Amino acid sequence: MGKVATREAYGAALAQYGADTNIIVLDADLSKSTKTDTFRKVFPERHFNMGIAEANMMSVAAGLATTGKVVFASTFAMFASERACEQIRNSICYPKLNVKIGATHAGLTVGEDGASHQCVEDLAVMRALPNMVVLSPCDEVETNLAIKAAIDHDGPVYIRLGRLAVEAVHDAETFKFELGKGVQIKEGNDLTIVATGLMVQESLKAAELLAAKGINARVIDMHTIKPIDKDILAKASKETGFIVTVEEHNVTGGLGGAVCEAICDTAPCKVLRIGVEEKYGKSGTPAALLEKYGLTAQAICDKITAAYKGE
Amino acid sequence: MDKLKALELQKTATIIRKYVIEEVFSAKSGHPGGSLSCTDIFTTLYFDEMNVDVKNPKWADRDRFVLSKGHCAPALYATLAVKGFFPEADLYTFRKVDSYLEGHPNMTYVPGVDMSTGSLGQGISTAVGMALAGKIDNKDYRVYSILGDGELEEGQVWEAAMAAAHYKLDNLTAFIDYNGLQIDGNITDVMNPEPIADKFIAFGWNVIVVDGHNHAQIKDAIEAAKTVKGKPTMVVCRCIKGKDVSFMENQYGWHGTAPNQEQRDQAIAELDEKLAAIEAEIAKEA
Repeated sequence: MGKVATREAYGAALAQYGADTNIIVLDADLSKSTKTDTFRKVFPERHFNMGIAEANMMSVAAGLATTGKVVFASTFAMFASERACEQIRNSICYPKLNVKIGATHAGLTVGEDGASHQCVEDLAVMRALPNMVVLSPCDEVETNLAIKAAIDHDGPVYIRLGRLAVEAVHDAETFKFELGKGVQIKEGNDLTIVATGLMVQESLKAAELLAAKGINARVIDMHTIKPIDKDILAKASKETGFIVTVEEHNVTGGLGGAVCEAICDTAPCKVLRIGVEEKYGKSGTPAALLEKYGLTAQAICDKITAAYKGE
Repeated sequence: MDKLKALELQKTATIIRKYVIEEVFSAKSGHPGGSLSCTDIFTTLYFDEMNVDVKNPKWADRDRFVLSKGHCAPALYATLAVKGFFPEADLYTFRKVDSYLEGHPNMTYVPGVDMSTGSLGQGISTAVGMALAGKIDNKDYRVYSILGDGELEEGQVWEAAMAAAHYKLDNLTAFIDYNGLQIDGNITDVMNPEPIADKFIAFGWNVIVVDGHNHAQIKDAIEAAKTVKGKPTMVVCRCIKGKDVSFMENQYGWHGTAPNQEQRDQAIAELDEKLAAIEAEIAKEA
């Protein structure tokens, strides 16, 4: 099966579900990159370019939503979650309006554009907003269903999407997506890896490397960062006693933070947070960047092995 | 506008101004200066123009209003209460912890409030969104918004101005409460947004300059805006901050300060005197 970027799957899903005339799509001069142009080709009368003005775009989306529209507002994760953060907070989340933020080019794997465009803080920032749902799908199938779930959910949703083409994890025929529910994709009882976005693929490979060393890792795909699935985490904590979070995001406030918050009261255990370690990104190929920042399957395996043996 | 209508609007505006003073006095905080400044725009909109239904505030075909300068909530709440959206007695709960009348308006609590605002610059963008929705749906409702002159210092206002002209939103009419004062002083000293009319003309808007305390001029501008095709309209309203309360007029210190008991009594006495004079004139006309 070929590789597909989650942004491609996003554009395709908008076109697929876009026959509902209530759906409006806004973009900020990046429609060819965010892939909202896939929607525009089918429904040009409901696609509006708001120009390079992300703050205005988010508040315009809110105004549209007050009239009953389901509004998707798209730009890079950097400019959605951080440049227009306060508009998302005050215009969209505070009045709980039905705006979906399709945030593409998240994480280091933006690649050569470098640190100014590599958003590794968005999960933390968006997760802090009351009324916000935060989704971070890992592959084409999951992205398609995440967009469907976002349309069906009444309220703001932030959807983190990537630029890089990624391998399939889920089977279109059998996969069920439930908002707020993590998905166990590999059994194991020595420890649990909780991953999100394209770190799900790397973590599955890391689990294979760990298996070769006799460490049997459970792997959970956490596609919903907020509300986080407390039950699957409590179970993992009790049954495996050690949770490792893996994300293409700063180690502060993202998936790792969400997991620690979820288990600390009722089911605490040792947690290792793997991610970008309080650094900004840099230019390079996606593969070179994952290598440099320690987010390849091998690097994940090595970090987990050291922590596991150190127990 | 005939004389009786003008007098009736002046009477309503004076009642609203009294409530502005009472709200801010009972809350012991809030923004009287700007609220008194934009009261006549509110009065003209809600009592001589806007198509709204107090029994059905979320009616899909209603005209919309966004208070982009959300801190002037006292004037908005007083207008909505006098119009009949909620009891006037509730105005005395303004800013109190169990009240639905937040310091800045919240659309999810307050009947008649079409958008939550308070963070400057965002309201006009949301009004653009509402106007765009009207175009998409071929609805003939109109969208109104009031901005402060100090608010024009927010860059987002100009992003919104560009978008409204770009999408030819002739169903959008905005008003600038041009009283020349902001929290820290004269707008020209703090961060000069002038020339205001010229800037909006350059951004592709139809611009009309009026006396912001003259209901007939405001109404004429609203009517003129409806005849303009393909452009949004900005009504630049020359206003007096603190209008009709002698010691608050043109004083930036009254931007966000509540009157004490003595000041409240004097303000109410002045407004009562004005109200009596208007009622006497109405009696003569009728």
